[in-house]
Amino acid sequence: MTNQQHDPSRVNRRTPGLESSRDHGSLRGYVIGYVLAIILTVAAFTIAPSKNMPSFSIEAALVVLAIAQMIVHLIFFLHINTAPEQKTNILAFTATMLIIAIVMVGSLWIMSHLAANMTPMDRVMSMQR
Amino acid sequence: MSVDATALDSYPEESQPLPTRQHLTGFGFYIYLLSDGILFAALFAAFAVLRGATDGGPDSHALFSARNAFIETACLLTSSFTCGIAMLACDRRNRFMALVGFLVTAVLGVMFLTLEVREFAALIAQGAGPDRSAFLSSFFTLVSTHGIHVTCGLLWLTVLLVQFLGRGFTPAMVRRFLCFSLFWHVLDVVWIAIFTFVYLMGGYL
Repeated sequence: MTNQQHDPSRVNRRTPGLESSRDHGSLRGYVIGYVLAIILTVAAFTIAPSKNMPSFSIEAALVVLAIAQMIVHLIFFLHINTAPEQKTNILAFTATMLIIAIVMVGSLWIMSHLAANMTPMDRVMSMQR
Repeated sequence: MSVDATALDSYPEESQPLPTRQHLTGFGFYIYLLSDGILFAALFAAFAVLRGATDGGPDSHALFSARNAFIETACLLTSSFTCGIAMLACDRRNRFMALVGFLVTAVLGVMFLTLEVREFAALIAQGAGPDRSAFLSSFFTLVSTHGIHVTCGLLWLTVLLVQFLGRGFTPAMVRRFLCFSLFWHVLDVVWIAIFTFVYLMGGYL
């Protein structure tokens, strides 16, 4: 235990959420982000109605486009990056993504099993008669 | 232990200033936004589960208009961009640009809300209100929760602009604008998920 580790200024310097005061991005960053977002949005709206692709590949393309656009927003508009002083931000973000994945996948998984184990609707109707 | 101490020592000394109130408030607000993301994830999960539960009523193919969703997306995306431009103007203490940027943001937000309310009114008028089926209940809950967030954001922005006209660029004002812009960008991220999973996948697939 050196007393360096209890130096309050040293601890403060590593406080989470640090963002230097001129870290609200640059005009260039916003323009790049905006153009990329427009391209991805237009691509999604163009692909969705197309008839000559199997529906699962359209679905996959839409999911990829949506995730790409979210990443564009996070990087260019919300300025989430991998700089060392953003380590805690990234950690909190990753934990949230994990919870969101558990909520989404868990709900769909459990509910599809429940639906598969339910009595089919027409059988219920005939039992009520 | 000595290795740790060396690692700490090698951390750049002058590159990081001490955290300011803005940094701490920003981090706290960021945590709130992440928790908001979890709220929306729960609503998305409910929508995904109840998507087929139409109870013989209209399903998503019959109801959703991609054209309307596209215009709404354009409004919200552009307002996110102008909000970022206004934040840059705040950094440079450019009062006029900041005011114009936030006003354009607010106008686009109002356009988005108007389109959404008109869409809801049309759905309810044709008998596809939230009381029709579980699918429509979850649709209205998900999309209107986003709409309520946008409404709160617009009220917040109005209050901020009134304060800004009176006080100019105080540190507190810049901090509040920073939180608002984070909030607004996150609402746009949530909208990406809504137009993809609700309007495009629901309307076409």
